[in-house]
Amino acid sequence: MTREMKKNLRAAGLWFSTLILMVIICVPGLWVVLSAFRPNREILAKPPVWIPQELTLNNFAKIFGLGETQVAIPVLSYFWNSLVIATTSTLIALMIGMAGGYAFARFRFRYKNAWFLSLMLFRTVPGIALSLPVFMIWSRLGIIDTQMGLIIVYVSLNVPFTIWLIDGFFRQIPMSLSEAAQVDGCTRWQAFWKIEFPLARSGIAAAGVFAFLTSWNEFALASQLTRSTDSKTLPVGLMDFTAQFTIDWAGMCAMAVIIIVPALILTFLVQKHLIAGLTFGGVKG
Amino acid sequence: MIRFFRTRQAALTPLLLLSPAILTMLFVVAIPVVFSFYTSLTPYRLTRPETIETFIGFRNYVRLFGDDKFWEAFARTILFLAIALNVEFLLGLGIALLINKVTWGQRTLRTIMMFPMMFSPILVGFQFKFIFNDNIGILNNALQSLGLTDQAIPWLVDGRLAMFSIIFAEVWMSTSVFAILLLAGLFAMPKDPLEAAKVDGCNPWQVFRHITLPFIMPFAFIAMTIRSLDVARAYDIVSVMTGGGPAGRTELLWTLISRVGYDNARMGQANAMAFISTLLSVAFTYYFFTKLVAARRYMGGAE
Repeated sequence: MTREMKKNLRAAGLWFSTLILMVIICVPGLWVVLSAFRPNREILAKPPVWIPQELTLNNFAKIFGLGETQVAIPVLSYFWNSLVIATTSTLIALMIGMAGGYAFARFRFRYKNAWFLSLMLFRTVPGIALSLPVFMIWSRLGIIDTQMGLIIVYVSLNVPFTIWLIDGFFRQIPMSLSEAAQVDGCTRWQAFWKIEFPLARSGIAAAGVFAFLTSWNEFALASQLTRSTDSKTLPVGLMDFTAQFTIDWAGMCAMAVIIIVPALILTFLVQKHLIAGLTFGGVKG
Repeated sequence: MIRFFRTRQAALTPLLLLSPAILTMLFVVAIPVVFSFYTSLTPYRLTRPETIETFIGFRNYVRLFGDDKFWEAFARTILFLAIALNVEFLLGLGIALLINKVTWGQRTLRTIMMFPMMFSPILVGFQFKFIFNDNIGILNNALQSLGLTDQAIPWLVDGRLAMFSIIFAEVWMSTSVFAILLLAGLFAMPKDPLEAAKVDGCNPWQVFRHITLPFIMPFAFIAMTIRSLDVARAYDIVSVMTGGGPAGRTELLWTLISRVGYDNARMGQANAMAFISTLLSVAFTYYFFTKLVAARRYMGGAE
């Protein structure tokens, strides 16, 4: 055996063993995904059925109210609420975050570090602790159980981290670029959109994904600020599968798949940006 | 005059740009937190709205100081965070080092590694409630099929095991955050010092201890800071898996707040607890943030 072959063999072995480790880590999640396609009696079987005997889409049909046994749960309105709330709050947070990040990256002003730190510290208020006063204030304003009520809360949850990431990205871009554009007759506003914005795109994309995932997955606040199909989001909807003493595991797993798939698609689409975004934004900032 | 005007304008622009951020944070966080603090000085109960106007000073806080349940939850929260964050860091470091060693197919591995990050905390809670279920859970089924035990292990019913289970769920959800950031650190590392150390005859442990580890520490602090921004997401996991039970053995500050505030409708008391838990989070984040700033300065990064 040549040295070259040995080296290749070792690399393959390392890759393979790491792959197995990663898959083992994923097993709990994969088990839930698999269970979503199994009939309830197989999930509850004693002794356990290890190798799935039948795979079915019944669990999905059931929660959409299509099967013979109807456990209709308003999944579509939950999904719609989640989508509207997460998308809107992400877009608003990105706009606010871009303005704020640009201010931190490009200007010197008094108490800059203190401003930055206090923005971050605002984010640390635990969701459940924040929910008590927000619940009281929102009920007085009459925006409990509205999409707007949640959107406002999620924007503020996402602004600090968005600013942090975007600030770091703008700092990577040499000031001279935008100055040169301004010498050539651009206004600062034009220079921003034509030079700095395109260069910071991957940071902005990363910030956007994080904001979206935070809103998409949030539970503590949503569970207190929503009541009905007008504003309930998917994570809150998971609670519909629990009764006093029992849980409809098959339905729950199907719902889990519905929640994960959009998050999965989005994350894989911008995977590359995510890692770059976290590194640059965080460290060099 | 014009010059004066210009400098004025230059000083105002950043504040103008920041004003939307500041306004949102004031409206959604600062004002509610102040309001929450005020409510914590009243005996406010949701069922009796007029009680919000009775001012009782710091009586809620005084009562908290004598409340064993509160202090138990407080200590348990700190224990929970200390164990979870350390385990997450060590596992994340191990995974990052392993993936960094792999020479091809790295992207696939990285993608698989990020899988748990996308799970909603509430979903992680249900997932592990399902897996740790003493009757139908995959874990007990596996243990019984392998003949390791013939009885159902009460993972979520026994106090100690339940604590282990919620920490396990939290670690599963958040390890990849550490792994990703530490991996990013390893990628950014210059290769020359490593080569030089090898030439000088350092063993792998020495290289790791004196070159690799110091270099990736800032990344570890970033991960800690990012995590400390949302550690309270563990509330979702715990409230689903055990609800603070059995008999309060997994009660964390956050589940206690929710129980007192919403289930018992004692908002005043709950707000006092919420205020203390907020201070705890702020202290926690502040600590890691200062460490991060120090580490950045040490690395010679831009201020």
